[in-house]
Amino acid sequence: MRYINHEEVASKTKKRLTKNTIFKGVFAAATTFGLIVLTILLYRIITQGSGYISLDFFTSFASRIPENSGIKAAIAGSIYLMLVVAPVSMFLGVGTAIYLEEYATKNRFNTFIKINISNLAGVPSVVFGLLGLTIFARFFDLGISILAAGLTMSLLILPIIIVASQEAIRAVPNELREASFAMGATKWQTILRVVLPASIPGILTGSILALSRAIGETAPLVVLGIPTILMFMPDGLLSTFTALPMQIFDWTKRPQVEFHDVAAGGIIVLMALLLFMNSIAVFIRNKYQNRY
Amino acid sequence: MKNAKMLAMSTILGSAVFLAACGSEDEANGSDNGSEGSSEELSGQVQGDGSSTVAPIMEAIVEEYAAAQPGVQVSSGVSGTGGGFEKFIAGETSFSNASRPIKEEEEAGLEEEGVEYTEVELGYDGLSVVVNQENDWVDSLTVDELKEMWVETGEEKTWADIRDGWPEEPIEFYSPGTDSGTYDYFNEVILEEDDIVRSATLSEDDNVLVQGVLGSPNAIGYFGYAYYLENKDTLKVVPIDNGEGAVEPNNETIESGEYAPLSRPLFTYVRNDKVAEDPAVADFIMFAIENAGDLAEAVGYVRAPQEVYDEDMATIEELAAE
Repeated sequence: MRYINHEEVASKTKKRLTKNTIFKGVFAAATTFGLIVLTILLYRIITQGSGYISLDFFTSFASRIPENSGIKAAIAGSIYLMLVVAPVSMFLGVGTAIYLEEYATKNRFNTFIKINISNLAGVPSVVFGLLGLTIFARFFDLGISILAAGLTMSLLILPIIIVASQEAIRAVPNELREASFAMGATKWQTILRVVLPASIPGILTGSILALSRAIGETAPLVVLGIPTILMFMPDGLLSTFTALPMQIFDWTKRPQVEFHDVAAGGIIVLMALLLFMNSIAVFIRNKYQNRY
Repeated sequence: MKNAKMLAMSTILGSAVFLAACGSEDEANGSDNGSEGSSEELSGQVQGDGSSTVAPIMEAIVEEYAAAQPGVQVSSGVSGTGGGFEKFIAGETSFSNASRPIKEEEEAGLEEEGVEYTEVELGYDGLSVVVNQENDWVDSLTVDELKEMWVETGEEKTWADIRDGWPEEPIEFYSPGTDSGTYDYFNEVILEEDDIVRSATLSEDDNVLVQGVLGSPNAIGYFGYAYYLENKDTLKVVPIDNGEGAVEPNNETIESGEYAPLSRPLFTYVRNDKVAEDPAVADFIMFAIENAGDLAEAVGYVRAPQEVYDEDMATIEELAAE
């Protein structure tokens, strides 16, 4: 008895193989298309901007003369901004995630919160800018300070951090928690010594990716009215400041072509910064991920 | 997990060290430049916002001022003329850059807040009307023709509709966005508050307008003089005839006001109370008036007549002395 009709198979094999080849081609084309666009973009930015990257570019303020323009105030502002965003958003984000995953009981209210957090992740960043302007800059009278912008950015990336942390916490096997409880540990002790250490790679990866979004985000800063003309270093959390994306945005709008090249230089620095942060995320993920 | 903590700590420490390094260098720069500045060392914060057209002049002024008075932290945003006035009225800024005179409703807003202000002229700009270089038929436009072109009538307009003998090709319009002072000024002197043609491409980024006009022989657009100067070789500027012969925008015709009605002053508005109370604000504005002419020309605009600067200077000096 023969289970396989060899004639039938032979007659269809060619067709199936052709189909396979076609789809392979289509998907390869899709990948190449993205890659080609990215390469052109990178090529243009690097040929335009690399001439402006030097030590002076990092140590001088913006200037009316393109050759003298630098990103000293902008890069310092961006770093200060991150010093506010990182602790605030991680504390609130991870805290919320722990509450929702470990403490919260399953009731309508908590489900409502969870749905809203996922929705918040899809809200356009301009809206967060308006929120920040109304609440932090005007209502709390923080003005257009690092603190106001930092809190706004924290809100913007909070949903991403919460969701990433929730996933990481959920991935910790229940057996570990049960073992801890069996030893007489309280819930808090279990969270601190068992759940968090096991989930921290996931939490950090998500947080760093969220932070790299915050450092490149421009729209909320535009809405807040962050100045671009400024020749001093920030000297505290309430200081006026400018940030890298704002400075780039301003340069691209100038009439002089040379300023567009300076903007390209700024873009390269911002990209390098992003790449650096993302590679830390990848590094943490690969190095510390435990499998149970 | 120890390693993860180490990594986080070293990142934070690293950035802190970097910031400290930047900070100390800043101070060193400051003391170097301080010696050549004005006699009195001032300190404080001066905040402004407003027109992106005025921004290059303001940037040059702030840049020079930072060298003269390193203790004064001047910052200025580019939220546009209207956006700048909004903050000015709310009391968030001491000066507000504008590429058009203040509007009645803005004046009313300031009055309501009890704010008195002074208008300071920084320089002149000539709104330049440009067409593609392949456009060989337009040699000049009258103010009426400009209005006929740009006002919405409900019909598609061709060049032939504007003047007999011009090709029957639809006109493509490129205009700055409605938030800009440039649009407001054009709206006032050319459109006279009628609606702008609906097919017009509006953009807040003037470089987009330049690209648009470069892209089509039937295109027409207008923007600040600096953008025309930068693209002089690739665009064709249209001389404007206001009844006394066609005039092309250039430094002389804009400064003398001969290039009318499209030559416009660029302002910064200052709160009188800030000038009177805060020596840093007064000093900065005086510095601005003193250097505005040279710096305006350095960044592609035109200086105002010296009398204008002198007059503004006298007003500010009087306010500061109070």
